[in-house]
Amino acid sequence: MREVLALAGVTFSIFSRTTLAVVGPSGSGKSTLASCLACLEPVSSGKIWFAQTEVTAMDAGQQCAIRPSIQMVFQDPASSLNPRMSALELVSEPLKIQDRFDKRERSDRAYDLLERVGLPREKAAQRPDEFSGGQRQRIAIARALVLEPKLVILDEALSALDCSVQAQVANLLMDLQASLGLTYLFITHDLAMAAHLADEIAVMERGRIVETGAARSVVDSPQHAVTRRLLLAAPGVRNSALEPQAV
Amino acid sequence: MVTGAGRDLSRFDPMAPLLDVQNLHVSYTARTGQCSTALANVSFALQPGETLGVLGESGSGKSTLAAALLRLLPGNGRIERGAVHFEGQDLLRAAPRELEKTRGDRLALIFQEPSLALHPAIRVAEQIGDVIAAHKSLGRRAVREQARQILAAVFSTETDRIANSYPHQLSGGQRARVLIAQAISCEPSLIVADEPTASLDPETQQEILSLFWDLRQKFNLSMIWITHNPLLLEGFADRVLVLYAGRVVETGPASNVLSSPRHPYTQALLRCLPPRIEDSFANHKEYLPVIPGETLGSLAASEGCHCLFEPRCVERMAICAEREPEMVQLSSTHGASCFKHVDEWT
Amino acid sequence: MNYFLRRLLQGALLLIGVSFLTFLFSTLAPGNYLDEMRLNPQISSATLAALRSQYQLDRPLPIRYARWMNSIAHGELGYSFAYNSPVAPLVWVRARNTLLLTTTATLLVWGLALPLGIWSAERRGRLSDRALSSATAGLLVIPDLVLGLGLLILTARSGWFPTGGLVSVGFENLSPIRKLSDLVMHMALPVTALVLSALPILIRHIRAAMAEVLDASYLRAAAAHGIAHRKLLYGYALRAAANPLIALFGFSVGTLLSGSLLVEIIMSWPGIGPLLLEAILARDLYVVIGGVLFSTVFLVAGNFLADVLLYWADPRIRTMAGAR
Repeated sequence: MREVLALAGVTFSIFSRTTLAVVGPSGSGKSTLASCLACLEPVSSGKIWFAQTEVTAMDAGQQCAIRPSIQMVFQDPASSLNPRMSALELVSEPLKIQDRFDKRERSDRAYDLLERVGLPREKAAQRPDEFSGGQRQRIAIARALVLEPKLVILDEALSALDCSVQAQVANLLMDLQASLGLTYLFITHDLAMAAHLADEIAVMERGRIVETGAARSVVDSPQHAVTRRLLLAAPGVRNSALEPQAV
Repeated sequence: MVTGAGRDLSRFDPMAPLLDVQNLHVSYTARTGQCSTALANVSFALQPGETLGVLGESGSGKSTLAAALLRLLPGNGRIERGAVHFEGQDLLRAAPRELEKTRGDRLALIFQEPSLALHPAIRVAEQIGDVIAAHKSLGRRAVREQARQILAAVFSTETDRIANSYPHQLSGGQRARVLIAQAISCEPSLIVADEPTASLDPETQQEILSLFWDLRQKFNLSMIWITHNPLLLEGFADRVLVLYAGRVVETGPASNVLSSPRHPYTQALLRCLPPRIEDSFANHKEYLPVIPGETLGSLAASEGCHCLFEPRCVERMAICAEREPEMVQLSSTHGASCFKHVDEWT
Repeated sequence: MNYFLRRLLQGALLLIGVSFLTFLFSTLAPGNYLDEMRLNPQISSATLAALRSQYQLDRPLPIRYARWMNSIAHGELGYSFAYNSPVAPLVWVRARNTLLLTTTATLLVWGLALPLGIWSAERRGRLSDRALSSATAGLLVIPDLVLGLGLLILTARSGWFPTGGLVSVGFENLSPIRKLSDLVMHMALPVTALVLSALPILIRHIRAAMAEVLDASYLRAAAAHGIAHRKLLYGYALRAAANPLIALFGFSVGTLLSGSLLVEIIMSWPGIGPLLLEAILARDLYVVIGGVLFSTVFLVAGNFLADVLLYWADPRIRTMAGAR
């Protein structure tokens, strides 16, 4: 079996209560990075430090203890939510798995979070297919927050949503960050949204980080060719490539 | 290559629109027996060589519109009434064999999700060849040759490798190109593309857009481009039609609709977009404008009762909750269905 | 290539494992071939002892197994106590008949199930589909035994078909055409029993596999390109559904085989079934093993064929196998 190098020499840090956006073309390793950070994939070499403890030096049991602090929201709400469970069950499931609190307390916390993300109590018994795409993503966010994580990894969490719904969910994310003191790792290929939400941006290409820095400086004065390419390709930056040349 | 060469267009008046949709009405029946309206009173016309952008979010009925044009609705969908005239032929009343001949040959449809729209166990070149073989009586060698030519038009490099590949061996962008190749293989006059770039990253999106642009010039195609992202239509579509909850709420030249929209929904939608990169730091990390409320689910109220956007509209008036607005012509080319324009231009 | 070699190796290992287990279970079962003889007071214990050592029944298990493996290497399958002859020719004659029966039944059942399954998948949800569904459910409920006996009673009463045996008396004197028709008449009943018992499950599985594919996006997309209905159904839908159906084929070979053993016994068809039953009751060890081994070979061959077909039909398996 051939070995494929998915990430090479990736080094970066995220400061508490900030948002780091990771952008890059498809195949650049963004999702692999997310999986490694969430302890879902083993790391071949290198170190990951989280809250001053070295995660990579831990054994499986200790890593399990860390997991509640790092949660993930995925791109496709339709496939990341169990279609047979109600919204309430979905959000209280992590508590059940971690064996925290009793049933009553779990429901209370779940209702609480659902309201916080804008879903009324009456809808908590509905199944995912009865919600719209934006609402489903909100359930996924509520589920990610129920264990009170410190770091939330958003793996293309807005990409599958309609434009107006993206705005709603983006506002919600900013809201939650402020009120709960969350740290975000925002993986996306939408540079405009990344520039709007993030404090820092890291640009990846083929498994390496090619540029990193404060959001503003990366966008205003890109250093690397990949960054410049991405900026040109972002919709909204005039489709000048498409305008027909003067006939 | 001249569009229409070798086709019987005797019924087609060159001054008439290429596609004329009138009062199209489509409904779905749920398993519980409940009927919901997916499209109501949709009318528009497309001139030859024109690109119409259909702007709509989830639940607006845009995919239903694409499927309805060729009578390809899923089992529980029904076209209640309306007319679809394409090149002089009424597609809704055509016999199934006639329809099969039109599909793919004169009117091509590109479905969403390139990863799902291709057969997983058949090589790409053969899938394109099947489309050609379905419409032209050519020998197998000739079909293969034509398929290769089409692929070469769409893939400038590595044509042979791609021709012999299976869909799962290709990237998202390559699959999207294969779908386009299938669509243009019989030189149709109209291509309807339903969110062809939705699952692609921005760079590949731009590549596909330029590919469409090139093909449009080369084959003199007319296009209907369905998307939820208004930014993709800028500089690309000639006219834009905005759908909300199955109704046409605004229609007009792209430059007008996208820069100075007249319907509250269109206005709200365009405001919601993340700020352009150039000025993203003016409101860094501030709340983005949103359309309050939830997108209307697949169940739409019965017609005539009230304006469907009214619950979320910032400019709503008393009459909006009582009656459904009709299209008001704001100029010869631009119309919006909103009560606030009723007093203008009669 | 590696893919097939691996499959063949797995098949060979399976055969060895099966032979050992059969050996083990047969010897562990209480009693042996000579027990009946012991009941006969006329046979002296000295004769019995001599017979025991002649048949090597006094040796420990591993040694007997080793000797048996050795004789396999020389092309012999052991010796039958009851028939007093080598096992191989005995089993082979019967095996041919079983093969004839099972192969015909397999071809027939798939020849019926495939069109019926596709037909009902096309009309899923409608009345015709539901009617077929009820019919297959009814058929499913009837045990093979009851089915076989029912057919037997029907034939015995009506006299349409012969009620047993491979061929009629005086077969050798018939012309080739009449020989064939005689054979077919004798086969009709057992084949019908086998087909009826396997048909309902197959139809349901085929219908399910097709229904899933018929709802797929790529089929709608192909319809949008104007591809003709026939081609959509067979060239596209069936091809996509081929994967689970081919696996089902391998599985059906196994079920038909095990079903055939029972049917042969009921219908007096001279195949492996009756031979195996006799041999088990008489503790004729080597015949039992020979019969079981033959069945296993047939099973492995059927599944190997399915693997070959799968490799050919599904490109994803090819790329996966090639990548290793």
